[in-house]
Amino acid sequence: MKDNHLVDVEKLYMYFPVTAGVLQRKVADVKAVDGVSFYVIKGETLGLVGESGCGKTTTGRCILQLYEGSKGKVLFEGIDLTNLKKEQMRRMRRNMQLIFQDPFASLDPRMTAGEIIGEPLKVHGLARGKEYKDQVAELFRMVELEPYMADRYPHEFSGGQRQRIGIARALAVRPKFVVCDEPVSALDVSIQAQIIILLEKLRDELGLTYLFIAHDLSVVRNISDRVAVMYLGKIVEITQADELYANPLHPYTVALLSAVPIPDPKVDRGRKRIILRGDVPSPINPPPGCRFNPRCYQATDICKEKEPELRELTPGSEHWVSCHLVQ
Amino acid sequence: MTVLQAYIRIKEGELRGKHQQFAYPAFLPKPGASMIIEKPLRSASEMTTVVKDEKVLEVKNLRTYFYTQEGEVKAVDGLSYYVSRGESVGLVGESACGKSVSALSILRLIPYPPGIIVGGEIIFQGKDILKSTEDEMRDIRGNRIAMIFQEPTTSLNPVLTVRTQISEALELHRGMDKVEALQEVIRLLKLVGIADAERRVNEYPFQFSGGMQQRIMIAMALSCNPALLIADEPTTSVDVTVQAQLLEIIDDLRRRFGTSVIVITHNLGIVARYVDRVNVMYAGRLVETAATEELYANPLHPYTIGLLASVPRLDSERKKSLRIIKGLPPNLARLPSGCAFHPRCDYAMAKCHEEYPPVEKVGENHYRACFAELSKLKRPQ
Repeated sequence: MKDNHLVDVEKLYMYFPVTAGVLQRKVADVKAVDGVSFYVIKGETLGLVGESGCGKTTTGRCILQLYEGSKGKVLFEGIDLTNLKKEQMRRMRRNMQLIFQDPFASLDPRMTAGEIIGEPLKVHGLARGKEYKDQVAELFRMVELEPYMADRYPHEFSGGQRQRIGIARALAVRPKFVVCDEPVSALDVSIQAQIIILLEKLRDELGLTYLFIAHDLSVVRNISDRVAVMYLGKIVEITQADELYANPLHPYTVALLSAVPIPDPKVDRGRKRIILRGDVPSPINPPPGCRFNPRCYQATDICKEKEPELRELTPGSEHWVSCHLVQ
Repeated sequence: MTVLQAYIRIKEGELRGKHQQFAYPAFLPKPGASMIIEKPLRSASEMTTVVKDEKVLEVKNLRTYFYTQEGEVKAVDGLSYYVSRGESVGLVGESACGKSVSALSILRLIPYPPGIIVGGEIIFQGKDILKSTEDEMRDIRGNRIAMIFQEPTTSLNPVLTVRTQISEALELHRGMDKVEALQEVIRLLKLVGIADAERRVNEYPFQFSGGMQQRIMIAMALSCNPALLIADEPTTSVDVTVQAQLLEIIDDLRRRFGTSVIVITHNLGIVARYVDRVNVMYAGRLVETAATEELYANPLHPYTIGLLASVPRLDSERKKSLRIIKGLPPNLARLPSGCAFHPRCDYAMAKCHEEYPPVEKVGENHYRACFAELSKLKRPQ
């Protein structure tokens, strides 16, 4: 672990048991996250992309220790979160917060916006009385809402405004690390841009570090310094954002990028397109060898037999890829 | 087992034998292989299927209102556009801009109450749909105009097999018997790239993944060779790699069979890739329409300009700051006076608060509804 790392994830596993029968015996595992290692540098935004079911959300939640039964190490500023006692972890949570995808489901409909944003302050005993009121008002202003809206209920806000409330709630405890789980995917196009810009502004002003989970590669490119691509519970490629988009190496990354149309017909028409066959296989029973091999357009015999490891292309290049065919 | 059932079993057995030799269309990925399209067939000169003079559908001044507790909601308010034969036309806009309601109006599927089509004409193949009888509509829906809905999970009937659902339309509209229909269902499923169609045809929707369900929706929509296919956000609920598969299928079928397609979406990338002509909607009205290349290169309505500038792109400079459209889309029950976009518009003048700008011609096949002077618009380079 290096000094500039805020979070280090080492060999993280999260299996969800599948039970069946009267006795609810375990018959299989959903291998949502299957041996993932990466780090997040202080002050950077690490984008985590992949299709649904690839384990990106589970990874984010495992870092925050929201699941019991996850295996592997998660270091936060050098402290191993997996060994902490409940009370220690509770205090630790101040430093790491989560912004949810669905602004309609993640706010309690019976609490006012002010109560929602102020709750973390109370839980962690950070402010009371006039100070509490001032801080809540300040949080409202921080996410570009007006403090007089504090008495309104979530249903009185639009989707974009609710997402702002969610952001304010996450930032109330002044965290160092924020996991943004698809924060804009439920929003309209013109509102997405507003939220992205807000997140960037807050990151720069407050010195935050983000793990930005999304399936939209264009959005991730816009906000991230480095990007990790996940497929079926594994990281297949991780590198600097510019490098990934200019020089993708893993066949899955290449296919994923080619599948995203560019909103400019002059540029987009004429781009090479790779149409992958079929769907992502079930994480209960991932294919042997490289997990991407049944859909890969370059697969050879070795891909069906041996699972490739995530390796650095050349030492110091910081471009990690997990494919037998990349030299 | 009745005699009829036994007969069908035997016939099915024979058909299975026949279908072993089914040749996969060249454009579909063969089972076991993914596909690379080196040179996508997409530019105006390569488009041979569009018959410009033949308008399959013409929507004129369509107005669909909903009467709710909040008052009159003008979901679609004076919308006009047309679709030529073999053409793919985009309806683009944010949620609640009226794009889906306008599509449902074409099929006369607006729930009444609270919704009602209060005015306008929808000319489909020379005849006004709004004046058709319910019997005539039955012949149009699913037969001459087909629709693919956004959520395949909720649009497919969970208690009927895929075979039953697709063959219903075949038996009704194409007069097939059960055996012929089965043969056709298998053919259609193969056409949309479902492997092992002979076996899977008897499965229920829940046994398919989301992408596969959407393929079934496409197969169903194509079952009667419709003249017009309406795809309402067809790929919003699927992943990007599956999205690419589905859109390629729709686009290739369009080119092969000359079907006209209306693509309803908020994704400007999909529009750029798969659409010939774009209609941009805002608050129930058309704000700009042009050929795709023209619209992206030369947007002339402040909303279109703002929309294009606010989307992050794969190829743009990283951390290039996005430009945003200030404010929120309006509540349709309480529309601002005049041009509904004026509270969010950088070019709004006194006139915009008072009257709605008429649709004016600003170029060849390029129309917009805006008062702002063309020379003053700040457009992307």
